[in-house]
Amino acid sequence: MSTVFFIKKGLDIRLLGDAEKIVVDLNPRLFAIKPTDFIGCFPKMLVKEGDVVKAGSPLFFDKYRDDIFFTSPVSGKVSGIRRGAKRKILEVVVESDGKNESLDFGAADPAKTDRETIMKKLLKSGLWPVIRQRPYSVTASPKEEPKAIFVPAFDSSPLAADFDLVVHGHGEEFQTGLDILARLTKGRVYLNVHAKKTMSKVFLNAKNVEINRFKGPHPSGNVSVHLNRLSPLNKGEVIWYVYPQDILAIGRLFLSGKHDTTRLIALTGSEIKHPQYYKTRTGASINEMVKDNVQKGELRYISGNVLTGDKIDKSGFVGFYHTQVTVIPEGNYYELFGWALPGFGKFSMSHTFPSFLYPDKKYRLDTNMHGGERAYVMTGMFEKVFPFDIYPLQLIKAILVEDIDLMENLGIYEIDAEDFALCEVIDTSKTEIQRIVRNGLELMRKEMS
Amino acid sequence: MKALRKFLDKQKPHFQQGGRFEKLESTFEAFETFLFVPNTVTHSGAHIRDAIDMKRTMIFVIIGVIPTLLFGMWNVGYQHFLSYGQHTGIWTNFIFGLGKVLPIIIVSYAVGLGIEFLFAQIRHHEVNEGYLVTGILIPLIVPPDIPLWELAIAVAFAVIFGKEVFGGTGMNVFNPALTARAFLFFAYPGNMSGEKVWIADKLDSFSGATPLGKALVGNFHNFPSVHDMFFGFIPGSIGETSTFLIIIGGLFLLITGVASWRIMLSVFAGGYVMGLIFNLWGANQYMHLPAWEHLIMGGFAFGAVFMATDPVTSAQTTKGKYYYGFLIGMLAILIRVFNPAYPEGMMLAILLMNVFAPLIDHIIIQSNIKKRLKRARVALIE
Repeated sequence: MSTVFFIKKGLDIRLLGDAEKIVVDLNPRLFAIKPTDFIGCFPKMLVKEGDVVKAGSPLFFDKYRDDIFFTSPVSGKVSGIRRGAKRKILEVVVESDGKNESLDFGAADPAKTDRETIMKKLLKSGLWPVIRQRPYSVTASPKEEPKAIFVPAFDSSPLAADFDLVVHGHGEEFQTGLDILARLTKGRVYLNVHAKKTMSKVFLNAKNVEINRFKGPHPSGNVSVHLNRLSPLNKGEVIWYVYPQDILAIGRLFLSGKHDTTRLIALTGSEIKHPQYYKTRTGASINEMVKDNVQKGELRYISGNVLTGDKIDKSGFVGFYHTQVTVIPEGNYYELFGWALPGFGKFSMSHTFPSFLYPDKKYRLDTNMHGGERAYVMTGMFEKVFPFDIYPLQLIKAILVEDIDLMENLGIYEIDAEDFALCEVIDTSKTEIQRIVRNGLELMRKEMS
Repeated sequence: MKALRKFLDKQKPHFQQGGRFEKLESTFEAFETFLFVPNTVTHSGAHIRDAIDMKRTMIFVIIGVIPTLLFGMWNVGYQHFLSYGQHTGIWTNFIFGLGKVLPIIIVSYAVGLGIEFLFAQIRHHEVNEGYLVTGILIPLIVPPDIPLWELAIAVAFAVIFGKEVFGGTGMNVFNPALTARAFLFFAYPGNMSGEKVWIADKLDSFSGATPLGKALVGNFHNFPSVHDMFFGFIPGSIGETSTFLIIIGGLFLLITGVASWRIMLSVFAGGYVMGLIFNLWGANQYMHLPAWEHLIMGGFAFGAVFMATDPVTSAQTTKGKYYYGFLIGMLAILIRVFNPAYPEGMMLAILLMNVFAPLIDHIIIQSNIKKRLKRARVALIE
């Protein structure tokens, strides 16, 4: 087998509330597709409230790339289009009729189908947006061909869903999905597994791909890390990446012709009474999952993980790319001399709290900032959790002053906001690093288009 | 605690926009966050945050200097009574020293924090914690007899021209504490060097020369023992004398990860290597001084542990820290041995390298950029 890439820099934040490997079928009443999940997408609606839809029926398309459709995950009727400030569309809600009927896009054998037909099918069925690209982490452009496609087969973020379980028993769909991906690039499809934790034969016996093994703390599962070690991205190059649960949906589309985004969602976090997996579809409402299943108190509901997820409310919807919902306590409290007390039980990567003496402890962490925003003073901290040959603080500062050339020179194409999540967590100055990096990426994208 | 919180919540609106004392918002915020870690929650990016903040970091540096501060107070008294030939008890020495040092600390904090608060207020910024450390470092690097008014002017100069004109904490080029010392050194040299100033209210006939002062004029007779120099029973700036306690404080900073071990280690390495070079050269008696002895004399250890490691004014890249530290160590010994006017080179070495730190970083970052461009070119050819 190929070499193991050992990621040394990083940090595993141990939290309470890991999902037990129990899978419960769930058919929530409401589903939603959130245009805000697709960076840079400007939605043009194709349906209005009350319209009847099937799984795979288009809901909206991207004004600037009008061949990219976003489709309904279930059959039923459009029950609401929720808008925010300046009438920005936030959620397109579909009320499920419980039948899960799908439009028929026609089954096809990947080996006998040409690239153009595959692309058309993916675009029309609404599965295209599961393919994202680097740089910029936006929905892939159908007009480009990537130099490679990356599939991360494990998630190293806190309380993440176990991808082994996600693909368990779906070997055929997964392999079909990989075969499809292989048709989309002249380069390789990299399937990146965890050197120890990945046990599933579905991953380890996958064909038509190059399997590479990684180990080490988070962010060892991030696409950027795999990219950095296997095929560093240079200016002008593009790679695509897709997550396993979405590859299953692609596989099903080509095996059965149906739009079926059935997936597992891990319900996790210290405030969940029974953390476990739910089998549902893209965009499911979390209402039924968390009802009578959470502890008392003011809570933060997160679609995704605690590092990069989105804040949603308790009847909100799981994001398009998320396989996990996390619920943690809000941290809306004052703490007398909190900065001066020894702070047993507090989590810190720094050795200024005793937490470094018991590294295996699992924490119930809340959303308190633990301090106010300050100028950048400390140096050399980010480098400890940032496994790239990139100077993180210097790149952040280049973004803040909007120096395009310097951002490019310092390697902004190779990274995503999520790679800075740990920097943000441990930042003594309490700045919003992921937002800064996202802004930088958006600036570059506009500048380059 | 609840009553205090209630009181603050009641007063807060007066200090916010539209309130009676809105001009004092930063001041209120500074005191409030001193008492309570604020209740703000994450609203973008990561939902959880590390418990560390700037206050925590700064308080750990202060804890690190406390051993040298306490010893410095004792030593001020010890040296004073020694000049009269008296041997007194620990407490007598300490209380004499406290009487000398406490006013210096008070002036340092009052003037420095006063200016910091004023600037924060004008800029509508939060008050940064950086001065909490600077304010305790300044008393440790001045002689015990420093006139308080001179100190006040030096602190004001350091905070305004060393820090605020660059944009405040995090933006300054020079180490603020050393800027204050350099100001005193050049503005009032009579009170900052020579044989008179290092022992508080000493007997006139008693020589108060520091080991460095003696070494510079080639006076190696009745040189203090290595034991005295290492443990700090010698005259000097208040906090610089005890290498032993500085190392203890340094270890605390290293274990807690507050200061950079790379800088500390490379400063000592640089000093040692320069000492060895002089040993080989050996043109005069000073050059023959064992290289390691340089490291326990004067302000070398204090500078290496508490001054060179200031994250804002030192090199910021990992590799850069090695060069930065090593050059400080070398320059400090070079200035010591060669410059006839300045017995101690540490202050000037650090300030000089403060200027060069951005250049060091620039060179290192450029090499990273070149590597990336080269990779892109290779990919293009393939």
